[in-house]
Amino acid sequence: MKKINDLNLPEHVKYTKDHEWAKFEEEVVTIGITDYAQDQLGEIVFVEMPEVVDTFSAQDEFGTVESVKAVSALYMPISGEVVAVNDNLEDAPELVNEDCYQGGWIIKIKPADSAEMDALMDKAAYLEMLKG
Amino acid sequence: MIRQPGTSGLIFNEPTVWDKSRDGRCALSLPRADVDRVPLNPALTGDAPNLPQLSELDVVRHYTRLSQWNFGVDSGMYPLGSCTMKYNPKTNEIQASRQGFAGAHPLAGEAFSQGALRLMYELEQFLAEITGFAGVTLQPAAGAHGELAGMLIIHAYHAKQGRQRSKIIIPDTAHGTNPAAATLCGYKSVNLKSGPKGILEPEAVAAVMDEDTAGIMITNPNTLGLFEEHIREICAIVHGKGGLVYGDGANMNAIMGVVKPGHSGIDVLHLNLHKTFSTPHGGGGPGSGPVAVTKDLIAFLPIPRVEKQLDTFRFVTDCPDTIGRMHTFYGHFGVMIKAYAYILSMGPQGLLDASRLAVLNANYIKECLKDTLNLPYDRPCMHECVFNDARQKNYHITTKDITKRLLDYGFHPPTVYFPLVVEGAFMVEPTETESKEDIDQFINAVKAIVKEAESTPEKLTQAPTLPKVTRLDEVTAARKPCLRG
Repeated sequence: MKKINDLNLPEHVKYTKDHEWAKFEEEVVTIGITDYAQDQLGEIVFVEMPEVVDTFSAQDEFGTVESVKAVSALYMPISGEVVAVNDNLEDAPELVNEDCYQGGWIIKIKPADSAEMDALMDKAAYLEMLKG
Repeated sequence: MIRQPGTSGLIFNEPTVWDKSRDGRCALSLPRADVDRVPLNPALTGDAPNLPQLSELDVVRHYTRLSQWNFGVDSGMYPLGSCTMKYNPKTNEIQASRQGFAGAHPLAGEAFSQGALRLMYELEQFLAEITGFAGVTLQPAAGAHGELAGMLIIHAYHAKQGRQRSKIIIPDTAHGTNPAAATLCGYKSVNLKSGPKGILEPEAVAAVMDEDTAGIMITNPNTLGLFEEHIREICAIVHGKGGLVYGDGANMNAIMGVVKPGHSGIDVLHLNLHKTFSTPHGGGGPGSGPVAVTKDLIAFLPIPRVEKQLDTFRFVTDCPDTIGRMHTFYGHFGVMIKAYAYILSMGPQGLLDASRLAVLNANYIKECLKDTLNLPYDRPCMHECVFNDARQKNYHITTKDITKRLLDYGFHPPTVYFPLVVEGAFMVEPTETESKEDIDQFINAVKAIVKEAESTPEKLTQAPTLPKVTRLDEVTAARKPCLRG
């Protein structure tokens, strides 16, 4: 497993305590799991995703990631309606391990209130949380 | 150097049966047909299944060789926590193979099945006595199926009260299948964290229990191997709001003859006959998950029920409040025979001794290994104890590495990475049937492996080296499963 200082934690995304990341860009928020989460889970073999137009509140469970070790729930960083899911993960769930911030994104949502993004952690705060 | 059971021996390679198959090879010859050939309706015909063609000797060697790659309770200690992999006396197998039982047919009718019905009736009585409940069904096929039957009974109870509820409380120390059973009944799971002592705290239950909550599902002893000490208080809180208490009795092996769950306020309980009452398991079945209920819930039990009238036994289906059938015919009858034989041969004192020894053995391992492995909850345990790999983190050795190395020493690994409340969990359930000598050998093996973790960690990361197959490619197996030859 990676040491905390070796983790890839980009500056331009926000983080949750449940190890999702969220990126706001042109009225759409892209959501995935962090490098820490994919590293802890180990090799991911299945990603269960919601349907487009499903709506969720912040902290709702919107899917699961399954590795050879465990199944983990995915939680919404903010409220919103699903506008796209990453279909590539159906055949290639390993994208979440290989490229968790780009090719391994999980869903895109139209936020109910983009101000909810302000409540999420930035890189420094997330790193602080990981160091405990 | 203490001699460990693990060693290398001559183990044969063996291809799949499809690789061994040769066209026209056959294990038997059919007698000459003594009826005329009649063409089949073409709508009923199709391509024959792709079955391998083999001689009898091919088949015997194939399965004998595969069995030599295998590890079972009959070959060594199998301390798989939560699974109760105890030794099942062979006499129970012999009873289940008796011609009268083995040849019984489920459609033979009551008049020709009095012995089988009597066995079912009496087994229900035995289980009711052991658990302290008023009624029992033997129908569910295994533990999770029993959980589903139990939750359907709770669902039917609330429907009968005139107001269905929407939620169910499930602690983090419950069995993993509990939320699935509740979800199938339409209940939303409300997760509840256990307290710092690893058990449920009544205040936490009181904080979430309301009149929209159907009840709580409690595993006792829980999956940390700890006894839920506040069970009566928790039951009173749930009952106070009109809810019911579901008890997961999969860990009954720790408390037979000591505690009757029915007397502590629990309303519905399932048992795993294949864990506690002597049926070998681990290969996918068949199991059996009887459900026991209080007097008020008997009306909801699955049909058919077995009743005794004078000296005659019969099936009863006229039960208007029943949840219906849970299984074709009557459940897994062979497992019931073994449980019946086990209970009769052990007797009340024998069952009590079995539970006491199961608890003693687990506590002995806990005490002997707590200076070797980290023990997150250092308090008396029941039938299993949960360690983790916190002390091995510094040299990058995980629970997985330790358990893979145990295979080289000749032991089946304990349960790993479960329960989820303990990170890197290493959960040992020795059961009552291991001798002190065998348990000591296991303890010494774990101590030796933990020493190796410091001095020669590669022995762990490369383990196992002795089994026929070593580390499997679990990732490819999950991502690209090959389900046929």
